[in-house]
Amino acid sequence: MDFFKENLPYIMAGISVGGQYALIAIGYTMVYGILRLINFAHGEIFMASGFMMVYLSAVLPWYIAIPTVIVSTVLLGFIVERVAYKPLRTAPRMSIMISAIGISYLIQNVAWYVTSGLAKQYPVIPWISNTVTIGNSTTKMVTLATPFLTLFLVSVLVVLIKYTKIGMAMRAVSRDFETSQLMGIKINSVISATFIIGSFLAAVGSVLYFSNYTTVTPISGAMPGLKAFVAAVFGGIGSIPGAVLGAFIIGISENIIKGLGWTAFSDAFTFALLIIILVAKPTGLFGEKSTDKV
Amino acid sequence: MMDKNKKILISISLVVGLFALLFILEQVMPSSSMLFVVLKKGAIFALVAVSMNLLNGFTGLFSLGQAGFMLIGAYTYAILTIPMADRAAVYQYFDGGIIGFTLSVPIALILAGIIAAIFAFLIGFPVLRLKSDYLAIATLGFAEIIRAFFQWDVLGPITNSSNLLRKFPTFSTVLYPFAVAGICIFVIVLLINSSYGRVFKAIRDDEIAAEAMGINLAKQKQLAFITSSFFAGVGGGLLAMYQSSIQASAFKASMTYEILLIVVIGGVGSITGSVLSSFLFIASSEWWLRFLDAETYIGSFHVPLMRSGFRKVVFSIIIMIVVLFYRKGIMGTKEFSIEGIGRFFRRLFAKKKEAQ
Amino acid sequence: MTQNILTVENLSMQFGGVLAVNNLSLNVNQGEIVALIGPNGAGKTTAFNCITGVYEPTNGCVSFLGEMMISNHPKGKMKKLYAGENKDLYKKVISHTPDKITKLGIARTFQNIRLFKSLSVFENVLVAKHLRAQQTVFSATFRLNHLEEKRAREESLDLLEEQGLLAVKDTLATSLPYGLQRRLEISRALATNPTLLLLDEPAAGMNPQETQELAEFIVQIKNKYNVTILMIEHHMDLVMKISDRIYVLDFGKLIAEGTPSEIQNNIHVIDAYLGVVEGA
Repeated sequence: MDFFKENLPYIMAGISVGGQYALIAIGYTMVYGILRLINFAHGEIFMASGFMMVYLSAVLPWYIAIPTVIVSTVLLGFIVERVAYKPLRTAPRMSIMISAIGISYLIQNVAWYVTSGLAKQYPVIPWISNTVTIGNSTTKMVTLATPFLTLFLVSVLVVLIKYTKIGMAMRAVSRDFETSQLMGIKINSVISATFIIGSFLAAVGSVLYFSNYTTVTPISGAMPGLKAFVAAVFGGIGSIPGAVLGAFIIGISENIIKGLGWTAFSDAFTFALLIIILVAKPTGLFGEKSTDKV
Repeated sequence: MMDKNKKILISISLVVGLFALLFILEQVMPSSSMLFVVLKKGAIFALVAVSMNLLNGFTGLFSLGQAGFMLIGAYTYAILTIPMADRAAVYQYFDGGIIGFTLSVPIALILAGIIAAIFAFLIGFPVLRLKSDYLAIATLGFAEIIRAFFQWDVLGPITNSSNLLRKFPTFSTVLYPFAVAGICIFVIVLLINSSYGRVFKAIRDDEIAAEAMGINLAKQKQLAFITSSFFAGVGGGLLAMYQSSIQASAFKASMTYEILLIVVIGGVGSITGSVLSSFLFIASSEWWLRFLDAETYIGSFHVPLMRSGFRKVVFSIIIMIVVLFYRKGIMGTKEFSIEGIGRFFRRLFAKKKEAQ
Repeated sequence: MTQNILTVENLSMQFGGVLAVNNLSLNVNQGEIVALIGPNGAGKTTAFNCITGVYEPTNGCVSFLGEMMISNHPKGKMKKLYAGENKDLYKKVISHTPDKITKLGIARTFQNIRLFKSLSVFENVLVAKHLRAQQTVFSATFRLNHLEEKRAREESLDLLEEQGLLAVKDTLATSLPYGLQRRLEISRALATNPTLLLLDEPAAGMNPQETQELAEFIVQIKNKYNVTILMIEHHMDLVMKISDRIYVLDFGKLIAEGTPSEIQNNIHVIDAYLGVVEGA
C-alpha cells in the first residue's frame, strides 16, 4: 500500500500516458493487421498533428483549431498512404518498409524546416490544461480525462468494426487480403479508412499528449510512436483490445521506472519488454498463431 | 571472359592509381576542402552500408541495429585508445576512469569489431528467429537499449556516462579510412563470393528450401549477423576517428535509417552500389545541396523557400522518388566491374556502327 | 533380405482439432520406389513435412537407417486435445531441424517448386553441396578451400550434365521452363548425396508426354545414384508404372498398402477416390 501511495503520481501519469499511447497504438495495429506493415510514419503524423495545433491555435480559437487539426491530420494520414504505400502494393515487404522509413524521414525534415528545429510551446487548452489536486499530488485535468476518453473512443471503434459494413470489410481484409479482394471488397477504400481512423485517433492522442508535455519538436513523434508500436506488439498485433491493454501496461511501467529513479532506462525498458515478448510469445497477449504452409 | 591474372593485375593497378590520386589531391588541394570531408565520411559510410547490405541485401535479414553496433565499435575504439595522460581530463567526473592501459590504433579497431560481434552473438540468439518486420523492430530496440546502457552512470568509469569521449587518436589523411574501409569491403566481397555467400543468398530467396538443402538457418543467420556487426563496429571506430569526439546520444535510429537509405539508393544486394551511393549520399547532404540551406539573392530577388533545413527536405524528397520509382536503386543487384564497363563500351560502339 | 531404410511408426500430426495425419505407419526398403497416394487433403504432404523435420509430429516416431530420428508424444495443450491413438507409446522426444535430417541423408523436393530464384541453375546445385563441405568461414573467405570448392564445382557440373541441364547452367533458375525447373529441383536434392529421396508431386502440372519422360527419369536416377525413392503423386499411370509398393492415405489414415496390382483392386481405395457407393 505504501508503494502505491508513494508512487501515486507516477501511476496516474502512467495511466494517462498509457491512454495516449493506446490511441497511437491502434493506428499501428490496424494498419499492420491489414497491410502487414509497420507504419513508421505514424509517429511522425502524431508529431505533425502537434505542430498543426501550435500554428493553428495562434490564429484560431481553440474550439475551431482542434477540429481543424483533426481533419488535417486525417488528411495527412490519407495522403501518406496514397503517396508512399499505395504505389508499392505488390512490391516486396522490405520495399514498403523502406518507403515507410523514407516518408517519416521526409515528414521529420519538413517539420524541422518549418520550425527551424526549435521546440514550440503547445497552446493551453481550457479545462484540460487546468491543474487539479488529488490526495497530496497535483496533476493536470488531462491526466484524469485521458483514460476515460481513450476507453470511450476504443469502445466506439470496436462497435464500428463489429457492426458496420466497413468494419466487416476491415476484418475480412485483415484475415485474407487476396480472397477479400476477390469477394469484391474495395481494398483501397478499406485501407484508406484504416489510415483515416488511425490518424484520427493519433490526432486526439496528440492533443492529449502535448497538453501534458507542453512542447513539440520535430522528433517528438519518434519515441511515443515506437512505444505505441511496442504496445501493439505486446497486445498481439492486429488486436485492438490488446493494443490498448499493452499501451496501459507500458505507460504505467515506464512511469514507475522513472519513479524508482531509473529514468535513463525507461525507454530501454520498453524495448527489453518488446524483445522478451517477441521471443517468448511472438503473437503477443491476444494475437493469433499462424502456421506457414510448405 | 578475361584472363584471371590479367583481371587481378588491372584491379591492383586501379587501386594503386586511386590511392596515388588521393595522395596527389591531398598535396595540391587545401585540406579544408569539402571534397575531403566527403571522401573520409563517404568511405566510412560505404563500409557500414556494405556491412548492412550483407545482412539486409544478401541474407534477407531486415535488421535495423546498425547504429547500435557502430556505437559499440566507436566506444570500444575510443575507450581503449585515449592516452593515459589525457584520461584524467576526459573522465573528469570519474577520477580518470578505470581503464589503466592504452592500445595501438589497429588493435583497437579490430577489437571495436570484435566487441560489436560479441554483442551481435548474444543478441542474435533470441532475435534472429523472428520474421522480417519483427526482426527489424527488435534490432532497432536493441540499438536503443545499447544506447541507454552506454549512458548509464554506473558504467561511467568505463564509458564516461553521457559525457563526450575525446582526445583519442584520429586520422588526418584521407588515405587512412580508404585503406581500412577498402580492406574490410574487400573481405566482405570475398565472403559473398564464397560458398557462404551463396548460402546467404539461398536463405534470402527461400528459407524452407535452404533448410531442406541442409543449411542450418540459425547458424548461418548468426554468422551473417556477427560478420555484419563486426564490420559495423570497425566502421564505428573509424567514425569516432573522423569525428574526434563521440557521444552515445548521437547514435540514434535515424543514423540507421540513413545507412538503410544509402543501401536502398545503391541497390539492395549490390556492393558497388552501396559504395557508390554512400559517396553520393554524403556528397549531396554535406556539400552539393548545402546551398539550399543558405538564404540566396539573385540580384535583388530573394529566392523563396531556401533557408536552413531546406536541404534536408529536398534530400528526403529525392530519396522518396528513388524509393517509389527507382526501386532497384542505382545498381539493382548488379555489380560494377571492369568487364561490365568493357561490355558497356562494346555495346555502345556496336550501336554506333549500326547507326552508321 | 533387403535393408529397411525408413520406418514410420504411428505417426500423427494434429493441428488444433484436426488430425491431418492419423496413426500412419509405413516403411521403405533399400532400392524401392514407394508411392504415397490419396485424395487431396489426405495428409500426404503433412506426412512428408513431419519426416523431413519441417513440422514436429504430435505423436509417433520415425527411424532412418535403423536409428530413431524423430520421436514425440503429445505435449502441452495437445495433451488434452490429442484425438489420435498410441499417445503413451513414445516417451522419448527426439526432434531434428530439417537441415540435420538432410545431413543424415534424406533429401526432398516441394509440391510448389521452391528454387532459389536469384541464383543460377549451377548455383542452385552448388548450394546443396555446402552441407558436405569441410570448410570454415575463414577458409572459404580467404580461398584456402579452393581444392574443395573446385571439387564441389566439378561434381555439380557433372550432375548437371547427367541431368541434361548443362546447357542452361548460367540461366536464372526461375526463368527455366516448368519441366526443367522440376528436374532442377530433383538434381538439387541429389546434390546433397541422399540415401532417400522424397518427391512431392513431381509430375504436378505436367502433360502425359512429360509425365512419361518423368517416369523414366525417376527410374533412371534411382539406379544411377543408388537412391531409394518415396514419392507423393496423383498421376495414377505414373504411380502404377514405376512404384514397387503403394500406400494409400485418406483423411490422414492409412487405408491400404500393397503392390500396384493389389491397390488397383482394393475396394477401399476405389471408395476413397470415387466416393462410397451406397450398398456396395
